[in-house]
Amino acid sequence: MTFTIPIDNGDSVKTAEADSQRTLYPYVTGTSIVAIKYKDGVLMASDMGGSYGSTLRYKNIERMKAIGKHSLLGASGEISDFQEILRYLDELVLNDNMWDDGNSLGPKEVHNYLTRVMYNRRNKFNPLWNTLVLGGVKNGESYLGMVSMIGVSFEDNHVATGFGNHLARPILRDEWRADLSFEDGVKLLEKCMRVLLYRDRSAINKLQIAKITEEGVTVSQPYSLKTFWEFKAFNNPTAGAEGSW
Amino acid sequence: MFRNQYDTDVTTWSPTGRLFQVEYAMEAVKQGSAAIGLRSRSHVVLACVNKAQSELSSHQKKIFKVDDHIGVAIAGLTADGRVLSRYMRSEAINHSFTYESPLPVGRLVVHLADKAQVCTQRSWKRPYGVGLLVGGLDESGAHLYYNCPSGNYFEYQAFAIGSRSQAAKTYLERRFESFGDASREDLIKDAILAVRETLQGETLKSSLCTVSVLGVGEPFHFLDQETIQKVIDTFEKVAEDEEGEAGEGDAEAAAAPAEQGGGGAGDQDVAPMEM
Repeated sequence: MTFTIPIDNGDSVKTAEADSQRTLYPYVTGTSIVAIKYKDGVLMASDMGGSYGSTLRYKNIERMKAIGKHSLLGASGEISDFQEILRYLDELVLNDNMWDDGNSLGPKEVHNYLTRVMYNRRNKFNPLWNTLVLGGVKNGESYLGMVSMIGVSFEDNHVATGFGNHLARPILRDEWRADLSFEDGVKLLEKCMRVLLYRDRSAINKLQIAKITEEGVTVSQPYSLKTFWEFKAFNNPTAGAEGSW
Repeated sequence: MFRNQYDTDVTTWSPTGRLFQVEYAMEAVKQGSAAIGLRSRSHVVLACVNKAQSELSSHQKKIFKVDDHIGVAIAGLTADGRVLSRYMRSEAINHSFTYESPLPVGRLVVHLADKAQVCTQRSWKRPYGVGLLVGGLDESGAHLYYNCPSGNYFEYQAFAIGSRSQAAKTYLERRFESFGDASREDLIKDAILAVRETLQGETLKSSLCTVSVLGVGEPFHFLDQETIQKVIDTFEKVAEDEEGEAGEGDAEAAAAPAEQGGGGAGDQDVAPMEM
Protein backbone atom coordinates (compact mmCIF):
# COMPACT_ATOMS: atom_id res chain seq x y z
CA MET A 1 0.00 0.00 0.00
CA THR A 2 1.41 3.37 -0.87
CA PHE A 3 0.29 6.72 0.27
CA THR A 4 1.77 10.16 0.06
CA ILE A 5 2.06 12.25 3.15
CA PRO A 6 3.01 15.89 3.56
CA ILE A 7 6.43 16.33 5.13
CA ASP A 8 8.72 19.28 5.77
CA ASN A 9 6.53 22.33 6.17
CA GLY A 10 3.41 20.48 5.12
CA ASP A 11 2.80 22.66 2.08
CA SER A 12 3.59 20.22 -0.66
CA VAL A 13 3.22 16.54 -1.07
CA LYS A 14 6.57 15.00 -1.96
CA THR A 15 7.24 11.88 -4.00
CA ALA A 16 9.90 9.25 -4.57
CA GLU A 17 12.93 11.47 -4.01
CA ALA A 18 11.77 12.50 -0.59
CA ASP A 19 10.82 8.93 0.24
CA SER A 20 14.40 7.82 -0.19
CA GLN A 21 15.27 10.23 2.59
CA ARG A 22 13.23 8.50 5.22
CA THR A 23 12.93 5.02 6.66
CA LEU A 24 10.24 2.88 5.09
CA TYR A 25 11.42 -0.66 5.81
CA PRO A 26 14.23 -2.23 7.76
CA TYR A 27 16.94 -4.09 5.85
CA VAL A 28 19.52 -5.70 8.13
CA THR A 29 17.86 -6.58 11.39
CA GLY A 30 18.77 -8.01 14.77
CA THR A 31 16.32 -10.19 16.62
CA SER A 32 15.33 -10.32 20.29
CA ILE A 33 17.03 -8.81 23.32
CA VAL A 34 16.17 -10.17 26.75
CA ALA A 35 17.17 -8.36 29.94
CA ILE A 36 16.55 -8.70 33.67
CA LYS A 37 17.43 -6.88 36.87
CA TYR A 38 19.29 -9.04 39.35
CA LYS A 39 20.92 -8.67 42.74
CA ASP A 40 23.94 -6.60 41.70
CA GLY A 41 22.57 -4.85 38.63
CA VAL A 42 21.27 -5.80 35.20
CA LEU A 43 21.88 -8.78 32.89
CA MET A 44 21.21 -8.60 29.17
CA ALA A 45 21.38 -11.28 26.48
CA SER A 46 21.38 -11.10 22.71
CA ASP A 47 22.54 -13.24 19.82
CA MET A 48 25.04 -12.02 17.28
CA GLY A 49 22.97 -12.37 14.14
CA GLY A 50 22.09 -9.76 11.51
CA SER A 51 19.39 -10.99 9.12
CA TYR A 52 18.90 -9.66 5.64
CA GLY A 53 15.25 -10.50 5.21
CA SER A 54 15.08 -14.25 5.61
CA THR A 55 18.82 -14.76 5.06
CA LEU A 56 20.96 -15.08 8.17
CA ARG A 57 23.61 -12.95 6.58
CA TYR A 58 25.82 -11.52 9.34
CA LYS A 59 26.91 -13.63 12.25
CA ASN A 60 29.21 -11.40 14.25
CA ILE A 61 27.15 -8.35 15.13
CA GLU A 62 27.43 -7.00 18.68
CA ARG A 63 24.00 -5.71 19.55
CA MET A 64 24.84 -4.61 23.06
CA LYS A 65 27.13 -1.67 23.86
CA ALA A 66 28.27 0.18 26.97
CA ILE A 67 27.22 3.84 27.16
CA GLY A 68 29.25 6.08 29.45
CA LYS A 69 30.07 4.68 32.86
CA HIS A 70 26.65 3.64 34.02
CA SER A 71 24.61 2.27 31.13
CA LEU A 72 24.27 -0.62 28.70
CA LEU A 73 22.25 -0.37 25.48
CA GLY A 74 20.87 -3.33 23.57
CA ALA A 75 19.03 -3.02 20.27
CA SER A 76 16.88 -5.13 18.02
CA GLY A 77 15.71 -4.02 14.59
CA GLU A 78 17.64 -2.16 11.91
CA ILE A 79 21.37 -2.43 12.59
CA SER A 80 22.33 0.75 10.73
CA ASP A 81 19.87 2.75 12.85
CA PHE A 82 21.42 1.22 15.96
CA GLN A 83 24.81 2.44 14.77
CA GLU A 84 23.34 5.90 14.22
CA ILE A 85 21.98 5.89 17.76
CA LEU A 86 25.41 4.89 19.06
CA ARG A 87 26.83 7.94 17.28
CA TYR A 88 24.27 10.25 18.94
CA LEU A 89 25.04 8.74 22.33
CA ASP A 90 28.76 9.02 21.71
CA GLU A 91 28.35 12.75 21.24
CA LEU A 92 26.13 12.98 24.31
CA VAL A 93 28.62 11.15 26.50
CA LEU A 94 31.50 13.16 25.10
CA ASN A 95 29.83 16.47 25.94
CA ASP A 96 28.94 15.19 29.37
CA ASN A 97 32.56 14.20 30.00
CA MET A 98 33.85 17.55 28.73
CA TRP A 99 32.06 19.31 31.58
CA ASP A 100 34.39 17.41 33.89
CA ASP A 101 32.38 18.50 36.89
CA GLY A 102 31.56 15.40 38.88
CA ASN A 103 28.13 15.01 37.33
CA SER A 104 27.53 12.16 34.93
CA LEU A 105 24.69 10.80 32.80
CA GLY A 106 22.93 7.93 34.47
CA PRO A 107 20.78 5.25 32.84
CA LYS A 108 17.59 7.22 33.55
CA GLU A 109 18.91 10.26 31.70
CA VAL A 110 20.08 8.18 28.72
CA HIS A 111 16.76 6.34 28.57
CA ASN A 112 14.81 9.58 28.52
CA TYR A 113 17.07 11.13 25.94
CA LEU A 114 16.53 8.11 23.71
CA THR A 115 12.79 8.30 24.25
CA ARG A 116 12.80 11.91 23.05
CA VAL A 117 14.88 11.00 19.99
CA MET A 118 12.71 8.02 19.03
CA TYR A 119 9.45 9.86 19.53
CA ASN A 120 10.56 12.91 17.59
CA ARG A 121 11.70 10.77 14.67
CA ARG A 122 8.35 8.95 14.72
CA ASN A 123 6.56 12.29 14.57
CA LYS A 124 8.44 13.16 11.40
CA PHE A 125 7.47 9.84 9.83
CA ASN A 126 11.14 8.89 9.73
CA PRO A 127 11.63 6.42 12.55
CA LEU A 128 14.77 4.76 13.78
CA TRP A 129 13.62 1.21 13.27
CA ASN A 130 14.73 -0.21 16.59
CA THR A 131 13.46 -1.41 19.91
CA LEU A 132 16.04 -0.38 22.46
CA VAL A 133 16.76 -1.82 25.88
CA LEU A 134 18.58 0.43 28.30
CA GLY A 135 19.95 -1.00 31.54
CA GLY A 136 22.28 0.45 34.11
CA VAL A 137 23.32 1.01 37.70
CA LYS A 138 24.06 4.33 39.35
CA ASN A 139 24.56 5.08 43.02
CA GLY A 140 23.50 1.56 43.89
CA GLU A 141 20.20 1.79 42.07
CA SER A 142 19.49 -0.55 39.16
CA TYR A 143 17.55 0.69 36.17
CA LEU A 144 16.04 -1.19 33.23
CA GLY A 145 13.87 0.32 30.54
CA MET A 146 12.76 -0.03 26.94
CA VAL A 147 11.96 2.34 24.06
CA SER A 148 10.23 1.28 20.88
CA MET A 149 10.49 2.77 17.40
CA ILE A 150 7.32 4.75 17.95
CA GLY A 151 8.54 6.21 21.21
CA VAL A 152 6.68 3.98 23.65
CA SER A 153 8.86 3.97 26.72
CA PHE A 154 8.70 2.31 30.12
CA GLU A 155 10.72 0.72 32.91
CA ASP A 156 10.38 -2.75 34.32
CA ASN A 157 12.21 -5.51 36.20
CA HIS A 158 12.50 -7.62 33.08
CA VAL A 159 12.08 -6.72 29.41
CA ALA A 160 12.26 -8.42 26.03
CA THR A 161 12.01 -7.25 22.44
CA GLY A 162 10.78 -8.81 19.20
CA PHE A 163 10.00 -12.48 19.53
CA GLY A 164 11.19 -12.28 23.09
CA ASN A 165 7.96 -10.45 23.89
CA HIS A 166 6.01 -13.57 23.09
CA LEU A 167 8.39 -16.33 24.06
CA ALA A 168 10.60 -14.97 26.83
CA ARG A 169 8.21 -12.76 28.78
CA PRO A 170 5.99 -15.60 30.04
CA ILE A 171 9.06 -17.41 31.37
CA LEU A 172 10.30 -14.24 33.04
CA ARG A 173 6.94 -13.50 34.58
CA ASP A 174 6.92 -16.92 36.20
CA GLU A 175 10.53 -17.24 37.22
CA TRP A 176 12.00 -13.79 37.85
CA ARG A 177 12.77 -12.87 41.48
CA ALA A 178 14.15 -9.69 42.93
CA ASP A 179 17.30 -11.19 44.46
CA LEU A 180 18.56 -13.40 41.66
CA SER A 181 22.24 -14.24 41.93
CA PHE A 182 24.45 -13.82 38.90
CA GLU A 183 24.46 -17.57 38.15
CA ASP A 184 20.68 -17.86 38.50
CA GLY A 185 20.19 -14.79 36.35
CA VAL A 186 22.35 -16.21 33.58
CA LYS A 187 20.51 -19.54 33.80
CA LEU A 188 17.19 -17.73 33.45
CA LEU A 189 18.39 -15.74 30.45
CA GLU A 190 19.82 -18.87 28.82
CA LYS A 191 16.49 -20.60 29.28
CA CYS A 192 14.78 -17.74 27.40
CA MET A 193 17.45 -17.66 24.71
CA ARG A 194 17.18 -21.41 24.16
CA VAL A 195 13.44 -21.17 23.54
CA LEU A 196 14.09 -18.30 21.13
CA LEU A 197 16.79 -20.32 19.38
CA TYR A 198 14.37 -23.20 18.83
CA ARG A 199 11.42 -21.11 17.77
CA ASP A 200 12.67 -17.82 16.24
CA ARG A 201 13.93 -18.46 12.73
CA SER A 202 16.09 -15.31 12.78
CA ALA A 203 17.98 -16.42 15.90
CA ILE A 204 21.43 -17.96 15.63
CA ASN A 205 23.27 -20.10 18.14
CA LYS A 206 25.93 -17.57 19.03
CA LEU A 207 25.05 -15.37 21.94
CA GLN A 208 26.54 -12.88 24.33
CA ILE A 209 25.51 -12.05 27.86
CA ALA A 210 26.30 -8.59 29.21
CA LYS A 211 26.38 -7.61 32.85
CA ILE A 212 26.29 -4.12 34.31
CA THR A 213 26.92 -3.41 37.97
CA GLU A 214 28.15 -0.45 39.98
CA GLU A 215 31.69 -1.38 38.87
CA GLY A 216 30.88 -1.16 35.17
CA VAL A 217 29.98 -3.14 32.07
CA THR A 218 31.27 -6.56 31.00
CA VAL A 219 30.18 -8.21 27.78
CA SER A 220 30.93 -11.91 27.63
CA GLN A 221 32.72 -13.63 24.79
CA PRO A 222 30.33 -15.21 22.29
CA TYR A 223 29.29 -18.76 23.08
CA SER A 224 26.63 -21.22 22.01
CA LEU A 225 23.89 -23.06 23.85
CA LYS A 226 23.52 -26.80 23.93
CA THR A 227 20.47 -27.90 22.00
CA PHE A 228 18.66 -31.21 21.77
CA TRP A 229 17.18 -32.50 18.56
CA GLU A 230 16.89 -36.26 19.28
CA PHE A 231 13.15 -36.23 19.73
CA LYS A 232 11.51 -39.43 18.58
CA ALA A 233 9.20 -37.57 16.26
CA PHE A 234 12.21 -36.13 14.43
CA ASN A 235 13.65 -39.58 13.73
CA ASN A 236 11.10 -40.68 11.23
CA PRO A 237 9.09 -37.58 10.53
CA THR A 238 7.07 -38.94 7.68
CA ALA A 239 5.93 -42.01 9.62
CA GLY A 240 2.37 -40.75 9.69
CA ALA A 241 2.26 -39.41 6.12
CA GLU A 242 3.85 -41.72 3.58
CA GLY A 243 5.24 -39.96 0.55
CA SER A 244 5.87 -36.57 2.14
CA TRP A 245 9.29 -35.30 3.16
CA MET B 1 35.19 56.10 39.01
CA PHE B 2 36.25 58.90 36.71
CA ARG B 3 34.63 59.63 33.38
CA ASN B 4 37.04 59.13 30.54
CA GLN B 5 37.20 58.70 26.80
CA TYR B 6 37.33 54.90 26.82
CA ASP B 7 34.04 54.21 28.51
CA THR B 8 31.45 54.82 25.79
CA ASP B 9 31.57 51.40 24.18
CA VAL B 10 31.78 48.02 25.82
CA THR B 11 34.02 46.97 22.94
CA THR B 12 36.60 49.69 23.63
CA TRP B 13 39.56 48.77 25.79
CA SER B 14 41.23 51.40 27.92
CA PRO B 15 45.01 51.77 27.64
CA THR B 16 45.33 50.13 31.03
CA GLY B 17 43.49 47.04 29.81
CA ARG B 18 40.06 47.68 31.32
CA LEU B 19 36.55 47.53 29.91
CA PHE B 20 34.88 50.40 31.71
CA GLN B 21 31.33 49.57 30.63
CA VAL B 22 31.66 46.19 32.31
CA GLU B 23 32.98 47.82 35.47
CA TYR B 24 30.15 50.34 35.44
CA ALA B 25 27.71 47.44 35.14
CA MET B 26 29.25 45.98 38.28
CA GLU B 27 28.67 49.34 39.97
CA ALA B 28 24.97 48.95 39.23
CA VAL B 29 25.02 45.73 41.22
CA LYS B 30 26.55 47.53 44.19
CA GLN B 31 23.72 50.08 44.13
CA GLY B 32 20.97 47.50 44.36
CA SER B 33 19.57 46.46 47.73
CA ALA B 34 21.35 43.64 49.47
CA ALA B 35 21.06 39.94 48.70
CA ILE B 36 22.73 37.25 50.77
CA GLY B 37 23.40 33.59 50.19
CA LEU B 38 24.92 30.87 52.32
CA ARG B 39 25.19 27.12 52.13
CA SER B 40 25.87 24.05 54.15
CA ARG B 41 26.65 20.63 52.71
CA SER B 42 22.99 19.92 52.16
CA HIS B 43 21.11 23.25 52.13
CA VAL B 44 21.28 26.69 50.58
CA VAL B 45 19.58 29.77 52.05
CA LEU B 46 19.00 32.94 50.02
CA ALA B 47 17.83 36.08 51.74
CA CYS B 48 17.29 39.66 50.70
CA VAL B 49 16.17 43.03 51.98
CA ASN B 50 12.74 44.15 50.85
CA LYS B 51 12.86 47.75 49.76
CA ALA B 52 9.85 49.47 48.32
CA GLN B 53 9.89 52.60 46.17
CA SER B 54 7.62 54.35 48.63
CA GLU B 55 5.30 53.49 51.46
CA LEU B 56 2.47 53.18 48.98
CA SER B 57 4.03 50.49 46.80
CA SER B 58 4.92 46.85 47.32
CA HIS B 59 8.50 45.70 47.33
CA GLN B 60 10.26 44.26 44.32
CA LYS B 61 10.72 40.56 43.93
CA LYS B 62 14.41 39.72 44.15
CA ILE B 63 14.45 36.00 44.75
CA PHE B 64 13.19 33.63 42.06
CA LYS B 65 12.60 29.92 41.96
CA VAL B 66 14.34 28.45 38.93
CA ASP B 67 13.44 24.83 39.63
CA ASP B 68 12.74 22.69 42.66
CA HIS B 69 16.44 22.42 43.26
CA ILE B 70 17.70 25.86 42.14
CA GLY B 71 16.92 29.39 43.34
CA VAL B 72 18.43 32.76 42.49
CA ALA B 73 18.68 36.07 44.35
CA ILE B 74 19.51 39.21 42.40
CA ALA B 75 20.88 42.68 43.05
CA GLY B 76 21.03 45.52 40.55
CA LEU B 77 18.72 46.16 37.62
CA THR B 78 15.82 43.92 38.54
CA ALA B 79 14.47 43.99 35.01
CA ASP B 80 17.69 42.41 33.75
CA GLY B 81 17.43 39.97 36.64
CA ARG B 82 13.94 38.93 35.67
CA VAL B 83 14.99 38.26 32.09
CA LEU B 84 17.92 36.13 33.21
CA SER B 85 15.70 34.23 35.63
CA ARG B 86 13.38 33.41 32.78
CA TYR B 87 16.36 32.13 30.80
CA MET B 88 17.46 29.99 33.73
CA ARG B 89 13.98 28.53 34.16
CA SER B 90 13.89 27.72 30.49
CA GLU B 91 17.25 25.93 30.60
CA ALA B 92 16.25 23.98 33.68
CA ILE B 93 12.93 22.84 32.30
CA ASN B 94 14.36 21.88 28.91
CA HIS B 95 16.96 19.72 30.61
CA SER B 96 14.34 18.18 32.85
CA PHE B 97 12.14 17.37 29.87
CA THR B 98 14.87 15.70 27.85
CA TYR B 99 16.63 13.82 30.63
CA GLU B 100 13.96 13.59 33.36
CA SER B 101 16.64 14.70 35.70
CA PRO B 102 17.41 18.01 37.43
CA LEU B 103 19.91 20.27 35.68
CA PRO B 104 23.13 20.37 37.74
CA VAL B 105 23.46 23.92 39.07
CA GLY B 106 27.15 24.06 38.13
CA ARG B 107 26.26 23.68 34.46
CA LEU B 108 23.51 26.29 34.64
CA VAL B 109 25.86 28.96 35.98
CA VAL B 110 28.31 28.28 33.17
CA HIS B 111 25.53 28.82 30.62
CA LEU B 112 24.61 32.04 32.44
CA ALA B 113 28.19 33.24 32.52
CA ASP B 114 28.66 32.55 28.81
CA LYS B 115 25.50 34.51 28.10
CA ALA B 116 26.82 37.45 30.11
CA GLN B 117 30.17 37.28 28.34
CA VAL B 118 28.50 37.68 24.95
CA CYS B 119 27.24 41.08 26.08
CA THR B 120 30.76 42.20 26.83
CA GLN B 121 31.95 41.53 23.31
CA ARG B 122 29.26 42.97 21.03
CA SER B 123 29.18 46.63 20.16
CA TRP B 124 25.39 46.66 19.87
CA LYS B 125 24.79 45.14 23.30
CA ARG B 126 25.36 46.22 26.88
CA PRO B 127 26.32 44.07 29.86
CA TYR B 128 23.53 42.86 32.14
CA GLY B 129 23.40 45.17 35.14
CA VAL B 130 22.58 42.51 37.67
CA GLY B 131 24.52 40.22 39.98
CA LEU B 132 23.05 36.80 40.65
CA LEU B 133 23.47 34.58 43.66
CA VAL B 134 22.56 31.14 42.37
CA GLY B 135 21.96 28.43 44.94
CA GLY B 136 21.25 24.85 43.98
CA LEU B 137 21.90 21.15 44.27
CA ASP B 138 23.68 18.69 42.09
CA GLU B 139 25.24 15.25 42.52
CA SER B 140 27.99 16.57 44.75
CA GLY B 141 25.68 18.39 47.15
CA ALA B 142 24.65 22.00 47.74
CA HIS B 143 26.37 24.88 45.91
CA LEU B 144 26.27 28.66 45.92
CA TYR B 145 27.56 30.67 43.00
CA TYR B 146 27.86 34.37 42.25
CA ASN B 147 27.42 35.41 38.61
CA CYS B 148 28.85 38.78 37.67
CA PRO B 149 27.94 41.12 34.76
CA SER B 150 31.49 40.55 33.54
CA GLY B 151 30.71 36.93 32.73
CA ASN B 152 32.77 35.60 35.62
CA TYR B 153 31.33 33.26 38.17
CA PHE B 154 32.66 32.10 41.50
CA GLU B 155 31.63 29.48 43.98
CA TYR B 156 31.11 30.55 47.58
CA GLN B 157 30.37 29.15 50.99
CA ALA B 158 28.58 32.42 51.70
CA PHE B 159 28.35 35.78 49.96
CA ALA B 160 26.51 39.06 49.97
CA ILE B 161 25.97 41.58 47.16
CA GLY B 162 24.31 44.94 46.81
CA SER B 163 24.37 48.05 48.97
CA ARG B 164 25.78 47.73 52.49
CA SER B 165 26.69 44.14 51.69
CA GLN B 166 30.12 44.72 53.24
CA ALA B 167 28.55 44.63 56.69
CA ALA B 168 26.92 41.29 55.88
CA LYS B 169 30.17 39.99 54.38
CA THR B 170 32.07 40.88 57.54
CA TYR B 171 29.53 38.95 59.57
CA LEU B 172 29.69 35.98 57.20
CA GLU B 173 33.49 35.99 57.23
CA ARG B 174 33.40 35.56 60.99
CA ARG B 175 30.97 32.67 60.85
CA PHE B 176 31.47 30.85 57.54
CA GLU B 177 33.62 28.03 58.89
CA SER B 178 30.64 26.67 60.77
CA PHE B 179 28.28 26.73 57.79
CA GLY B 180 29.40 23.48 56.15
CA ASP B 181 28.03 21.29 58.91
CA ALA B 182 25.40 23.67 60.18
CA SER B 183 21.83 22.52 60.62
CA ARG B 184 19.11 23.95 58.42
CA GLU B 185 17.79 26.08 61.27
CA ASP B 186 21.20 27.52 62.13
CA LEU B 187 21.79 28.37 58.49
CA ILE B 188 18.50 30.27 58.31
CA LYS B 189 19.34 32.11 61.52
CA ASP B 190 22.73 33.12 60.14
CA ALA B 191 21.11 34.37 56.94
CA ILE B 192 18.67 36.56 58.83
CA LEU B 193 21.45 37.85 61.08
CA ALA B 194 23.46 38.74 57.99
CA VAL B 195 20.44 40.64 56.63
CA ARG B 196 20.23 42.50 59.92
CA GLU B 197 23.83 43.66 59.47
CA THR B 198 22.91 45.39 56.22
CA LEU B 199 20.08 47.30 57.88
CA GLN B 200 22.51 49.33 59.96
CA GLY B 201 20.58 49.71 63.16
CA GLU B 202 17.10 49.71 61.66
CA THR B 203 14.95 47.29 63.63
CA LEU B 204 14.80 43.92 61.97
CA LYS B 205 11.21 42.93 61.16
CA SER B 206 10.03 39.96 59.15
CA SER B 207 8.31 42.33 56.71
CA LEU B 208 11.71 43.77 55.80
CA CYS B 209 13.26 40.58 54.55
CA THR B 210 12.52 37.64 52.25
CA VAL B 211 14.13 34.28 52.99
CA SER B 212 14.14 31.16 50.84
CA VAL B 213 15.49 27.66 51.49
CA LEU B 214 16.32 24.65 49.38
CA GLY B 215 18.12 21.45 50.24
CA VAL B 216 18.46 17.72 49.90
CA GLY B 217 14.91 16.41 50.14
CA GLU B 218 13.52 19.94 50.41
CA PRO B 219 12.42 21.73 47.24
CA PHE B 220 12.92 25.47 46.89
CA HIS B 221 10.37 27.50 48.80
CA PHE B 222 10.00 30.81 50.60
CA LEU B 223 9.67 30.99 54.38
CA ASP B 224 6.52 32.70 55.54
CA GLN B 225 6.53 35.84 57.66
CA GLU B 226 5.60 33.97 60.82
CA THR B 227 8.55 31.59 60.58
CA ILE B 228 10.94 34.44 59.93
CA GLN B 229 9.57 36.45 62.83
CA LYS B 230 10.00 33.48 65.16
CA VAL B 231 13.68 33.25 64.24
CA ILE B 232 14.09 37.00 64.72
CA ASP B 233 12.47 36.75 68.14
CA THR B 234 15.03 34.21 69.29
CA PHE B 235 17.91 36.62 68.93
CA GLU B 236 16.37 40.08 69.22
CA LYS B 237 16.25 39.67 72.99
CA VAL B 238 19.91 38.66 73.09
CA ALA B 239 20.71 41.67 70.87
CA GLU B 240 19.54 44.06 73.60
CA ASP B 241 22.44 42.92 75.76
CA GLU B 242 24.89 43.42 72.92
CA GLU B 243 23.65 46.94 72.21
CA GLY B 244 26.84 48.43 73.60
CA GLU B 245 29.07 46.43 71.26
CA ALA B 246 26.76 46.83 68.28
CA GLY B 247 26.93 50.64 68.64
CA GLU B 248 30.67 50.61 67.92
CA GLY B 249 30.29 48.13 65.07
CA ASP B 250 27.73 50.40 63.43
CA ALA B 251 30.02 53.42 63.45
CA GLU B 252 32.64 51.53 61.43
CA ALA B 253 30.15 49.99 59.09
CA ALA B 254 28.52 53.37 58.44
CA ALA B 255 31.75 54.52 56.79
CA ALA B 256 31.50 51.79 54.17
CA PRO B 257 28.13 52.80 52.61
CA ALA B 258 29.40 56.36 52.23
CA GLU B 259 31.86 54.98 49.69
CA GLN B 260 29.33 52.68 48.13
CA GLY B 261 26.97 55.50 47.33
CA GLY B 262 25.09 57.89 49.51
CA GLY B 263 25.05 56.71 53.11
CA GLY B 264 21.90 56.06 55.05
CA ALA B 265 19.61 58.29 53.02
CA GLY B 266 21.04 56.89 49.77
CA ASP B 267 18.00 54.82 48.95
CA GLN B 268 15.86 57.80 48.05
CA ASP B 269 18.48 58.92 45.55
CA VAL B 270 18.64 55.53 43.89
CA ALA B 271 17.21 55.44 40.36
CA PRO B 272 13.82 53.72 40.20
CA MET B 273 15.08 50.82 38.10
CA GLU B 274 17.75 49.87 40.56
CA MET B 275 16.55 48.23 43.72
